[in-house]
Amino acid sequence: MFPTPIEKSSRTWQLTYQSLLPVALVLWLLPLIAVALFSIKPAGDFSAGNYWNLPSQFAGFENYGRVFLESDMPRYLLNSVFITIPTVIGAVALSAMTGFALGIYRFKLNLAVFFLFVAGNFVPFQILMVPVRDLTLQMGLYNTKTGLVLFHIAFQTGFCTLFMRNFIRALPFELIEAARVEGIAEWRIFWYVVLPLMKPAIAALAVLIFTFIWNDYFWAVVLTQGVESQPVTAGITSFNAQYRAAYHLMSAGSIVAAIPPVAMFFLMQKHFIAGLTLGAVK
Amino acid sequence: MSMQADHSNRSWYKRNEIALTPWLFLIPGILMFLFYVILPVFQSFYISTLDWDGLGQGTSVGLENYRELWHDPAFYISLRNNLIWLALYLLAIPAGLFIALFLNQTVTGIRLYKSLFFFPFVISQVVVGLVFTWFYDPTFGLLNTFIGWFGFGPINVLGDPTYVTYGIIAAGLWPQTAYCMILYLTGLNAVDPEQIEAARLDGAKGWRMLWYVIIPQLKPATFIAFVVTVIGALRSFDLISIMTNGGPFGESRVLSFYMFEVALSEYGFRMGYGAAIAVVLFLIMLCFITYFLYSMYKEERGH
Repeated sequence: MFPTPIEKSSRTWQLTYQSLLPVALVLWLLPLIAVALFSIKPAGDFSAGNYWNLPSQFAGFENYGRVFLESDMPRYLLNSVFITIPTVIGAVALSAMTGFALGIYRFKLNLAVFFLFVAGNFVPFQILMVPVRDLTLQMGLYNTKTGLVLFHIAFQTGFCTLFMRNFIRALPFELIEAARVEGIAEWRIFWYVVLPLMKPAIAALAVLIFTFIWNDYFWAVVLTQGVESQPVTAGITSFNAQYRAAYHLMSAGSIVAAIPPVAMFFLMQKHFIAGLTLGAVK
Repeated sequence: MSMQADHSNRSWYKRNEIALTPWLFLIPGILMFLFYVILPVFQSFYISTLDWDGLGQGTSVGLENYRELWHDPAFYISLRNNLIWLALYLLAIPAGLFIALFLNQTVTGIRLYKSLFFFPFVISQVVVGLVFTWFYDPTFGLLNTFIGWFGFGPINVLGDPTYVTYGIIAAGLWPQTAYCMILYLTGLNAVDPEQIEAARLDGAKGWRMLWYVIIPQLKPATFIAFVVTVIGALRSFDLISIMTNGGPFGESRVLSFYMFEVALSEYGFRMGYGAAIAVVLFLIMLCFITYFLYSMYKEERGH
């Protein structure tokens, strides 16, 4: 193990390390702690110039209550859910199939198709902006959740295919051969042999895509406009315009917007990290 | 009769099952991807030769958009900022490695520490941008409170053309460093302990151990960190849009933001010009994409 395990070093260094950890963490998360602090302060603190001292009173319930009851925030959150969940399902389903095809079968264009997906995934999405917006307009899906979902599914399929294919490649191929000898149809091999083995990959991709899509801002701005379809990342800018300089409410709003992916991360940490590292560094 | 047709059909499928199945499985994915990703890339090339407001019919203007780009000072500012982004964003890689080395211990609660250090990556860039806007605020921001202790005057980081890009990049480095950290933490787990012991017996330690034994073994993690950091740097949009909206005086624009501004904002709906900017960005990216794909291809052949 590198660096040298702390248990093997001197007592002084052990103690220094143990006390350094929380200090480093607080410094690292300082900007976030500040926002959390802001979100439980009463409005009066800000007009009195009390920005960084402890809140004069706990106003968390009031602030968060106003975010949920008086603003469009719940609507935006709901939109985000209705955009994110279908995208996750769609992208995972499509890429389970493409990954299966590219991971199991040997055919001439295999590598070419695979690299098409990988290359497309690296493309800066600005080059897609004008055509995709036009496409969405022409299909009558501009400013709808469906329009956003369809695009997200298509784009994420690139990354997901990369992931799924590499995962399937690492599965024991003898299983498939054994199934073939038994005369099992290919689609049944997919459904009954490969898919159950792909559960960890599916979990990893699901959390990862959830976070990516929940946090997407660019496409939300390009393809949607109003409160009826905008997700929370785009909604928060209108929210902030509405509560300009009301720092306590803006902070509470930001925290509300940030919580779902954070919760997802903490609940499914292992899968999340497996996904991030593309399964390549084990 | 019909039964016979059915039978021959099935046997034809059966005979070619292995050749056909992959394509049946690929079709939905490929169609979606072609429709929404691959074709639009080419469409953008075409649109960049048009004068088009996005509504009616565009008129072809040949390379006029590119000629205009050549003489556009805002384009050069964006391009310069893109290069600064690219160069400084790569600092996330050594920074991430440093934090990973710091956290790669087995004391109690270290798992929680690791997750909390990773936090910035999980939250949306929109929130990161907002948080850092306040952090830099000239009247109450923590940064100015802090440098005030040392007797330095307030700096309006986001209002100053010299500092603005660096200020935004610093905000971007925060989540990106967290990402690189997690890649390296996973990588460090896989480092071969026997090699470390062997190197220790040979008297290697500290920096030499890190440089000659550890870092070579972290190569896969470094490659992924490099790929995601370059892509992240060239895609930077959210932070700029949230923190400065390209200002002051357009000094914090990058190509991706400038193209958005040209094509979809009050500056007018100049789709052709925006597409031309996107094409330039794409060509820069293409150098990297080629390198990434080439590396991956070599890897594939190796198997």
